[in-house]
Amino acid sequence: MAAMSEKLTENDVRKVAKLSRLKLTDDQVAFYTDQLAHVLGYIDKLSELDVDNVEPMAHPTDMTNKLRPDEPTAGMPVDAALANAPASDPPFFKVPKVLGEGSGA
Amino acid sequence: MSIDLTQATMTELRDAVADKSVSAVELTRAYLERIEAHDGHVRAYNETYADRAIERAEAVDRGEVTGVLAGVPIALKDNLCTTWGHTTCSSNILKNFRAPYNATVVEKLEAAGAVVLGKTNLDEFAMGSSTENSGFKPTKNPWDTGRVPGGSSGGSAAAVAADLCAAAFGSDTGGSIRQPAALCGVVGLKPTYGLISRFGLVAFASSLDQIGPFTHTVEDAAVLLNVIAGHDPRDSTSADPDTSGPIPDYTANLDRPIEGLKLGIAKQYMGEGNDPAVAKMIDDAIAMYKDMGATIVEVDLPHTEYGIPTYYIVATAEASSNLARYDGVHYGHRTEAPDDLIDLYSASRAEGFGDEVKRRIMLGTYALSSGYYDAYYLRALKVRRLIKNDFDAAFAQCDAIVCPTTTGPAFKFGEKTDDPLSMYLNDVYTVNANLAGIAGISVPGGFTEVDGKTLPLGLQLLGPTFSEPTLLRAANMYEKSNNFGNTRALASV
Repeated sequence: MAAMSEKLTENDVRKVAKLSRLKLTDDQVAFYTDQLAHVLGYIDKLSELDVDNVEPMAHPTDMTNKLRPDEPTAGMPVDAALANAPASDPPFFKVPKVLGEGSGA
Repeated sequence: MSIDLTQATMTELRDAVADKSVSAVELTRAYLERIEAHDGHVRAYNETYADRAIERAEAVDRGEVTGVLAGVPIALKDNLCTTWGHTTCSSNILKNFRAPYNATVVEKLEAAGAVVLGKTNLDEFAMGSSTENSGFKPTKNPWDTGRVPGGSSGGSAAAVAADLCAAAFGSDTGGSIRQPAALCGVVGLKPTYGLISRFGLVAFASSLDQIGPFTHTVEDAAVLLNVIAGHDPRDSTSADPDTSGPIPDYTANLDRPIEGLKLGIAKQYMGEGNDPAVAKMIDDAIAMYKDMGATIVEVDLPHTEYGIPTYYIVATAEASSNLARYDGVHYGHRTEAPDDLIDLYSASRAEGFGDEVKRRIMLGTYALSSGYYDAYYLRALKVRRLIKNDFDAAFAQCDAIVCPTTTGPAFKFGEKTDDPLSMYLNDVYTVNANLAGIAGISVPGGFTEVDGKTLPLGLQLLGPTFSEPTLLRAANMYEKSNNFGNTRALASV
């Protein structure tokens, strides 16, 4: 497990940008590395606390597995779902080629 | 029309329409004229719907639309979905987006007869504390147009403060209702997590987001809470009346002081970072409550200072997941001529999102990524539990906590934009309520003079989950003890 307070590097930011699907220029990588390192430095404050026996809290309510009656209801009509699509060929969304040459896969 | 919009409360306007001393059309036109005259300067609205608003008001006047808000002109933060107009989140990635459905709160408000005037500006995707992160424009503080209105719901706060609507709605993820309400001198309520359906609120951080009203008075907030509260089958996190109890009438007994009211004060909210005027506001409020017969107890919230670092891991982690949906495929901005599918995603997102949104997506992705999850995300969730435990212990001793909403009045444009951390620290008194899921309200707490300008301050009351009846009554006691909320900002506009 990586410890806190390891200084964030430009390579870390490139990796995170890739995971986040954000295309950054080299200048932006440098810019965000500085800023995020500064913010993470502050967040390191959390390592002051002993949290070994603390139950994590992902959500403010205690509800679990809330189920509704299993009754079919109308879904969104295809034309409404496609109405905001930048490119479509009803009933499909259009994207560049996914597999094979030129797909980037 | 004899009613002065710059003096009336929402409830008074509602009553005036009901007893026909003013028509809904007259009232709607009067607000549209004020928007025309002043919004070029304040820039609270992203979009207005004059024709639709007039049509709705005509239907009210014909008796076809009725309800407790019949003819009341309101504004909505531009992250609440409506089937008319655009829903942009003040982001270029959603600049042309038209929602296929209405948010549940929008349906409830319209069913109660409200007239929607328009959508208000925000920090992009509600990420910010000043509206300076809006992809379109900053909104100005009606008290001093050289200063920010707060954020992220700055447009809604400014619209109410400048009387460009009778009431407005926002969302509060880490203070985005209470902080701008404080900086604009209006009432802002963040209800208990789960009390209001989030269906149709564009998601930022789903375990923290909550919708609430901006008004001039506590009574107006209670009237609106009556309309919007309640379980919604379309939001599985909305509170179930079987476990959290039925929705009460929040306006009942509002004017009756609470006997044996116990209020807590916490030293962690009274630090040296507070502006002297803020410290005096708290002293005066405590003296007033004592005069009214309340008991003041000291409570300890030892993990308060860990709120900001916890919040900025939890909120960004959730945001990184929620904002993955903006892919340039299903809706929103799409880049021209991408190399391939991955490039389509990455370039569309890079072009569509602003700096702060990118920072938060990357911070959240980092905190969730392999090798860092335990050190950041899991640790933050554990500290979140400690923060909630602090509140549980405090509320075993008192009904509500009295504290400032912010450390000082509105800051100037550009003052905190170079350093994201300084902007984050602005939320120090508000984020913990969201982490714990409890209720909070900011009410006008008086004024301070800065550079020859009168700037409002906000008093915050924090209460346990589903304590809104008590919280609103305690806030109303404070409001009725002073005239702070009666002074309107328009003199500065």
